[in-house]
Amino acid sequence: MLDIARTLVWRDLLLALRRRSDIATALLFFIIVASLFPLGVGAEPNLLRAIAPGVIWVAALLSSMLSLGRLFAGDYADGTLEQLMLGAAPLGVVVAAKSFAHWVVSGLPLVLIAPVIALQYDVAAPLYGVLALSLLLGTPVLSIIGAIGAALTLGLRGGGVLLSLLVLPLYVPVLILGAGAVDMAAAGLSPAGQLELLAAMLIMAAAFAPWAVAAALRISAE
Amino acid sequence: MLEAGELECERGGRTLFRGVSFTLAGGELLRIAGPNGSGKTSLLRILCGLLTPSRGEVRWRGASVRRLAEEYSRQLVYIGHASALKDDLTPYENLDIAGRLVGVPASTEALGSALAALAVPDLPVRKLSQGQRRRAALARLLMSQRLPLWLLDEPFAALDTAAAAYAEGLIARHLETGGSVVYTTHQAAAIDSRARVIDLAAH
Repeated sequence: MLDIARTLVWRDLLLALRRRSDIATALLFFIIVASLFPLGVGAEPNLLRAIAPGVIWVAALLSSMLSLGRLFAGDYADGTLEQLMLGAAPLGVVVAAKSFAHWVVSGLPLVLIAPVIALQYDVAAPLYGVLALSLLLGTPVLSIIGAIGAALTLGLRGGGVLLSLLVLPLYVPVLILGAGAVDMAAAGLSPAGQLELLAAMLIMAAAFAPWAVAAALRISAE
Repeated sequence: MLEAGELECERGGRTLFRGVSFTLAGGELLRIAGPNGSGKTSLLRILCGLLTPSRGEVRWRGASVRRLAEEYSRQLVYIGHASALKDDLTPYENLDIAGRLVGVPASTEALGSALAALAVPDLPVRKLSQGQRRRAALARLLMSQRLPLWLLDEPFAALDTAAAAYAEGLIARHLETGGSVVYTTHQAAAIDSRARVIDLAAH
């Protein structure tokens, strides 16, 4: 079963590597959205420092949502999804592996680039670590929860807009905790509470969401 | 081995067929016939467990396939309308990954000879013709000769006569070794004469 999960992660990463433009668009979207704010609100350092965590996190939400539509759509269109459902591993494991691959492609680059974005907002250097850590814990939750929406809207016309309406409200707790952790650290307090809650959400989502996604996929594929 | 009891299928509020029952033993060939839209593909998808029948049950060696889940799907190979090939991968990579995902990894030589036997070029699937894609999809049969149940949706569509004859040979060999095959087809194939027929137009 682990072999199958590993094969699937490897396959999805290989596919992403053959289509590098998909990775680049999500990442560039993140960079551009996060860079528009300093241009829009002006170069007032105190204001920029105050809005930085929220803006970076919102940009991360939007960018991660941008690539959700592709999570199952390709496999659905070419019949691979049917074969995965008939595969030797439970569908929940398949979903978990695909969500992980999605995070490596769309979430991990954001974690790595976020400190560079933070530079534009004159965020204090000690906060880079907290920001990256909050994204490291939070973006996988976005991929896993987003997979539920992607599965439910699979094969629907205009599914992209519906997907964002379904998924964005579910992202709210992650946004509050993620941006909150950085705010706490900026205020000189310990961000441990928020980060621990984010970690707890990650564990809960990783344990239960794949089975919900599997059920949704079975309904969509019928 | 495979038993279908009083299957009924409803799609979009319309009953496609009802009361479809049969048993399929090892070494038997079953053809599902019927005009377009009569539910041939739906029946195959019900048989492999992708679709739930609105009434009736499919049993494998006496147990319901719903309950068996992966236990059952590990015993079968299903080749549907869609080729289940990734456009950005080569046929070799596709087969290699497909084999590992169903838990029957194939050796490099076995994969190479299967693709060579079907004359599939080693290019990304995106660059292959329709017929070559179909051949690459059928190469999965060569890799899954040990699985007892084959469910094939239009296996001969888009194939030239040589490839169709080759696929029929594969099916015949599978039957001889005790496997069972259910298939649908529009073109007349030489192997049809050996098949029992279920005509969905009559259900």
